[in-house]
Amino acid sequence: MQRRAANWAEFLGEKLLFCFGISALVLLLLIFLMLLKEGVPVFQHTAPTAFLLGHRWLPLSDIFGILPLLLGSLLVTLAASVIALLLGIPTAVFISEVAPRRLREVLKPLIEMLAAVPSVALGFVGLVVVGPLLREWLGLDSGLTALTGAVTLAFMSLPTIVSIADDAIGAVPSSYRDASLALGATHWQTIRRVLLPAARRGIFAAGMLGIGRAIGETMTVMMVTGNAAVIPKWPPLCRFWEAMAEFPGLEGFRATLDYLLAPYFDSVRTMTATIGAEMGEVVWHSGHYHALFAIGLVLFLITFFVNLAADLAVGRR
Amino acid sequence: MREAIRQRMWFALFASCTAVVAAPVVVIAGLLLWRGLPALDWAFLSTPPAPGMREGGILPAIVGTLWLAAGTTAVALAFGLPAGIYLSEYAPRGALTRAVRLAIVNLAGVPSIVYGLFGLAVFVLLLKRVTGGMSIISGSLTLGFLILPVVITATEEALLAVPQTLRQASVALGATRWQTTVRVVLPNAAPGILTGFIIGLARAAGETAPIMFTAAYFYLRHLPTSLQDGVMALPYHLYVVATQIPNYPAAKAWGTALVLVALVFAMNLGAVLTRARLRRRRRW
Amino acid sequence: MKVMGAVACLALVTAALLGTGLMVPGCGRGGPETEGVRATPGVSGPRGRIEVKGSDTMVNLGQHWAATLMERHPEVEVAVAGGGSGTGIAALINGTTDIAQASRAMEEEEKEAARARGVEPHEVVMGTDAIVVAVHPSNAVDRLTIDQLSDIFIGKVKNWSEVGGRRAPILLLSRERNSGTHVFFLEHVLRKGDKEGKQEYAAEARMMPATQAIVDEIAVSENAIGYLGMGYLDKSKIKPVGVAKTAAGPYVEPTQETAASGEYPISRPLLWYVNGEPQGVVKAFLDFALSDEGQKIVADEGFVGIAR
Repeated sequence: MQRRAANWAEFLGEKLLFCFGISALVLLLLIFLMLLKEGVPVFQHTAPTAFLLGHRWLPLSDIFGILPLLLGSLLVTLAASVIALLLGIPTAVFISEVAPRRLREVLKPLIEMLAAVPSVALGFVGLVVVGPLLREWLGLDSGLTALTGAVTLAFMSLPTIVSIADDAIGAVPSSYRDASLALGATHWQTIRRVLLPAARRGIFAAGMLGIGRAIGETMTVMMVTGNAAVIPKWPPLCRFWEAMAEFPGLEGFRATLDYLLAPYFDSVRTMTATIGAEMGEVVWHSGHYHALFAIGLVLFLITFFVNLAADLAVGRR
Repeated sequence: MREAIRQRMWFALFASCTAVVAAPVVVIAGLLLWRGLPALDWAFLSTPPAPGMREGGILPAIVGTLWLAAGTTAVALAFGLPAGIYLSEYAPRGALTRAVRLAIVNLAGVPSIVYGLFGLAVFVLLLKRVTGGMSIISGSLTLGFLILPVVITATEEALLAVPQTLRQASVALGATRWQTTVRVVLPNAAPGILTGFIIGLARAAGETAPIMFTAAYFYLRHLPTSLQDGVMALPYHLYVVATQIPNYPAAKAWGTALVLVALVFAMNLGAVLTRARLRRRRRW
Repeated sequence: MKVMGAVACLALVTAALLGTGLMVPGCGRGGPETEGVRATPGVSGPRGRIEVKGSDTMVNLGQHWAATLMERHPEVEVAVAGGGSGTGIAALINGTTDIAQASRAMEEEEKEAARARGVEPHEVVMGTDAIVVAVHPSNAVDRLTIDQLSDIFIGKVKNWSEVGGRRAPILLLSRERNSGTHVFFLEHVLRKGDKEGKQEYAAEARMMPATQAIVDEIAVSENAIGYLGMGYLDKSKIKPVGVAKTAAGPYVEPTQETAASGEYPISRPLLWYVNGEPQGVVKAFLDFALSDEGQKIVADEGFVGIAR
């Protein structure tokens, strides 16, 4: 009898788990539906191509072209992800494998503390510290640039990447490590050829979550990128040749780098900052309102396809 | 010998990366303490703001943030833990499971402002009867959903890390899958699960956009008496006093930031210490 | 087992709380949420709770009024939220606020949308805000006409040398579109008062999320120019520009006196919108804000009281 009762409860429990298990999927669908419902009406006013490729964003005059916003988001997110991954994964390896026990127990919570700094506060630090620094070093007119945004954003993603990647590496059974060392490999060889591949899944998950955070961040970018809806551009090509002409030599290197990174020294406006900054103004169900939701929809779809591509590329999980 | 040198070089590089990552934390903590400590006194922490906001304290914002933190934890636990367990222990290999995983990664990329709008549409307007409109419940649900991806992922990773041998041994001894999961796997995965909560809660406590439309007021005289009440909240308060009020004493703004970070730190510390202790007990 | 118990407990607690929520809908929160859109909120006599939402320019003013009122009348409850003039007006239309604070006038579409939902917007002028144009203290330029300002902000004039300053590109700073200040400056300076005008802010203008950010940026950028509400003017950090309506006219410095008298050309009314004729708590609050004491609070917050 007791067995029966236990079975019933377990059956119920398992069904409940299934419900919660797919809750993420349900939530995503609901958000997608909301974006669809509120965003699509804008296409009655502006054709999708005009919306996506139009290069003037003047919503107060009913002109809805989001190309500058798309490129702005792309610029900032790309750089932020690169910085965060290049810094984060080595850090995770260091904390997990190289650092002595005591140091690790200090470092891991310290880095998780970075997650505790609210986006508003980090935005301020970006505004007050990073911006002026970049302004000094690069001789710019203003510290409110795409680069400032990228650097500040990178630090928002870092705690996620470092912490979860660290857990993933630590989760590799010690038997793997022991076996590799016993076979004569050095610590580094063990890390590179045994542990990292074994932890590949978790590290990948950590990276995707971190990048996701960078894409979706609103407040911070709103405070440090300057929010000018201009299409990022490079100086005229002749400057590039001039830079290349000076090449072997530090000046040439610097000039080339300056040229390639030029768009980063200007202000940009991201899609998330646009939604965040303008939502307070809109009259509900006006053209502008729908346009903002349409931006959210575009953002959602881009993220979705990138994630889908990554998922397919990595193969069976 | 060459291998040893190469290893030294790589490890030195990693150490410098770590330094670059850890340094800002120290700098920010230093800045907060230096600029914010002068503003902290008992009055600041225990009284509501005075007319004009430039005097008085931030008590309602502290209380509001605590309420939201508790609510968010409840929501994240209620949805995230079972979801992580399901994905790790029960989900069959197949299209649905893959779709769920894809959904989780996508949710992580949804901007916090979109969560705020979602919360506004669903919890504040649609479910007004249940949640009371702009309230702790609405805010907690919105924030809880915001951190769901991190919590689920960390839970799942933690559960997967538990060696199969433990599960097999348990089943061999006659336990059902449920019993195995709950009594054997889960306790061993606790440290990793806590990691998810640490990161998630820290993020939720500091978010402004999701609570701007769902829970946070600029000024309320009284502390909340029910879950259906709106609240003041530290992140929103910090945003407003630092940007919307002319001649707001800078020390108070720093003080508010310090209190917020200290609060989150305190919440984290408990979790971190527990995790360290649980880790030592791990058996493999 | 302990973990299982904890989860079960939390699930039960959450369910219980949601359950009590179901049984006591809106308990103790008399206000527009339970009144619906058509009713004018407020209970008989100054007793009850009201919601105030809208302009971030006015949010601290609203708080100052509300807190002072509540000190005198503990039975009254006023909740103040910000979010922008547009948010406040949208909330009034949706029936989720009693008073909408706005630093710009309601647009025709908003008034139509309101009436379509049974809301009759009633406008009251609560004070005046002078909009100051400011530059870095080292900038030689300290006076500009409205025409020059328009040309600068639409990007036609790009260099300080064109208006009598040093040879350097102008760095434009503006508020974000959700700000009533942004809209007002657009209509009255860029478009010189012509509602049908087509001028827009230059695409390169930096859109700052808050006025304090504009002040801080001007203070460190020598070539910057921006606009801000007078309450934010910190003469130790930035320099206000004298403005003239025409090249012939007098260049007026922004001060409390020139703003009150109307001499200073760029000033705007600060408004409240309520649904229908003010009654009950809303009326009590309104009367207080328009009283001598209420208007003194307006001056304390860096604005100018209404003309009497």
